[in-house]
Amino acid sequence: MQNYDIVVIGGGPAGLAAAAEAKRSGVDSILILERDHELGGILNQCIHNGFGLHTFKEELTGPEYAKRFMDQVFELGIEYKLNTMVMDITENKVVTAMNKTDGMFQIQAKAVILAMGCRERPRGALNIPGYRPAGIFSAGTAQRLVNIEGYLPGREVVILGSGDIGLIMARRMTLEGAKVKVVAELMPYSGGLKRNIVQCLDDYGIPLKLSHTVVDIEGKERVTGITIAEVGPDMKPISGTEEHYSCDTLLLSVGLLPENELSKTAGVELSTITSGPVVNDALETNVEGIFACGNVLHVHDLVDFVSQEAQNAGKNAAKYVKEGREASGRIIDIKAVDGVRYTVPCTIRPDQMDDTVTVRFRVGKVFKNSAITMYFGDEQVLKRKKQIMAPGEMEQVIIDKKKLAEFGDISDITIKIESV
Amino acid sequence: MEVRNLTCIGCPMGCQLEVTIDQGTVVSVTGNTCKRGDDYARKEVTNPTRIVTSTVPVIGGKIAMVSCKTASDIPKDKIFACMEEINQVTVAAPVKVGDVILKDICHTGVDIIATKDVDIA
Repeated sequence: MQNYDIVVIGGGPAGLAAAAEAKRSGVDSILILERDHELGGILNQCIHNGFGLHTFKEELTGPEYAKRFMDQVFELGIEYKLNTMVMDITENKVVTAMNKTDGMFQIQAKAVILAMGCRERPRGALNIPGYRPAGIFSAGTAQRLVNIEGYLPGREVVILGSGDIGLIMARRMTLEGAKVKVVAELMPYSGGLKRNIVQCLDDYGIPLKLSHTVVDIEGKERVTGITIAEVGPDMKPISGTEEHYSCDTLLLSVGLLPENELSKTAGVELSTITSGPVVNDALETNVEGIFACGNVLHVHDLVDFVSQEAQNAGKNAAKYVKEGREASGRIIDIKAVDGVRYTVPCTIRPDQMDDTVTVRFRVGKVFKNSAITMYFGDEQVLKRKKQIMAPGEMEQVIIDKKKLAEFGDISDITIKIESV
Repeated sequence: MEVRNLTCIGCPMGCQLEVTIDQGTVVSVTGNTCKRGDDYARKEVTNPTRIVTSTVPVIGGKIAMVSCKTASDIPKDKIFACMEEINQVTVAAPVKVGDVILKDICHTGVDIIATKDVDIA
C-alpha cells in the first residue's frame, strides 16, 4: 500500500484549490485522483465568461479559470493521477482506486479531501409522462456535446428547468443555429442567476414560463414534440393550459445533486437538505481527517466561492496532518430557521475557529424587502437588509471569533430571514 | 426623464440597477455595488455590448474543439455575424490560451482568442 499525507478525490476547481492550499500550508505529500483525462473538472465545458471576478478581479471563461488553478498545482509540483476512478474510501482513510496503468491500488492517507462535485438530476427523477425517444438530454450533457465534442444535439429545442446550465445552453444552442422555443420552470421563480436570464434568454427573445412543466413527450424514435402546462400552487398541471411545441430536443436543467457515494462508504454523515456532508467550521466531516469542499458539499452558483471554500478545506487538512486532532472543545450549533434552508458549516468550534468564518446558505423561497439576521444565543448581532433573495442565489454571513467570544458560553447561533 | 430598470450582468451578483435618462443622456445610475455596474448601465442604454464565447475545431489536437472568446466586448447586434465568421475557421494544434484565432472580427477591431491549451495528439 502507498502512503500519502493528503489524498484529494477529484481534480476539478475544488480539488485543485484544496491541494494547492494544503501544499502552501506545508504538506508535501499530496495526491489528486481525477477520473477524467484532464484536470479542471466541469469548468472545461463551461466556455462562457463570468468566472473569477471575485478571485482574479477579471472576467474569465471556465477553461481560463481552471488553468489558473492547474498552473498553481503544476508549479507547486503536486502529484496527480488522471483517468483514475476511486472505488472506495474507508473510515480509516484507505483509498481504493483503479486505472489502466496501475490496475487496482490502495493508498493509506492521513487526511482525505472530498472534492467529487455533483451530477445532474436525470429524467428518471422527474416522472415525466410520455415516450422515451432519443433527443432528451441533461443540459450538461448537451454542453459537453457542443463545447468539447463539437456536435449540435438538436435544431429545435425546449428546455425544462431554469437552472444556470439550462440558461447558458439556451444561448449556446441559439448561437450555434438552433431554435430554442421556450424554457419552462416548475417553480414560480427561476432556479438560475438573474444575470443569466438577462443575457441568455432576454437577449435572444427566448420566453421563460414560470410555474410550467412538461406534461407530455411525443415521438417514438426521436422527440417530435413537447406539451407543457401551467401548474397550480400544488405543483399539479392545470387542465386546459396545455401548449404544444414541435421540437426534436428536450434539455433538462432541473437541479444538481452532490455526488456522495464515496462519502457514504467512509461513513460520512450527509445532510438531508444539501445531500452533502455535515461539516464543522474546518469543513471536517464527522469522520476525523475527512474534509469536504465544493459542490460535493453543497451546490454553489459561483466557482469563486468553491475555490475559497476549497482553500479553507486544504488549509485545515494540512493543519490536521501536521498537528493531529485538537483536544475536543466547545461546539456551537448553527441553526437555520425561518426561511434559511441550511447552513455550511453546521457547527462552529469557538475556541479553535479561524478569526472569521464564512457561513453560506440558501433561502427556501423568494423574499422581497427582508433582512438576514443572526443571533448569538438570544441576542441579535446582525441585520442586513436585502431587496431580494431567491433560492437560486447563495447568501453568506461572517462570524467573527472575537465577537463570538464576548458572548461566553452560548450553545447556538441562529440565522434567519425576517421582514423589515 | 426616463427611468430604466436593468439587471447588471457584470458578475453573478446581478445587481438591480436604476438608470435615469434625459434626452438620450444618462443622468444617474443607482443600485450598483461596484463601478462595473455603472459602466454596464451607461453602455446598455446607449450602445449595448457582449463578450461572445464559442468553440472552433482543432486539427491534430488532443481534443476536438478549442474554446474561444472575443478579447473584449463587441456590439450586441454583431453577435450573429461574429458567430458566422467563427464557424468558418479551424486551427491547428498546439493552441495556447490567448492565441489569436481570428483577427478583427466583423470589423470591430476585436480579435477572437483561444481560452484553452490544446496539445498535439
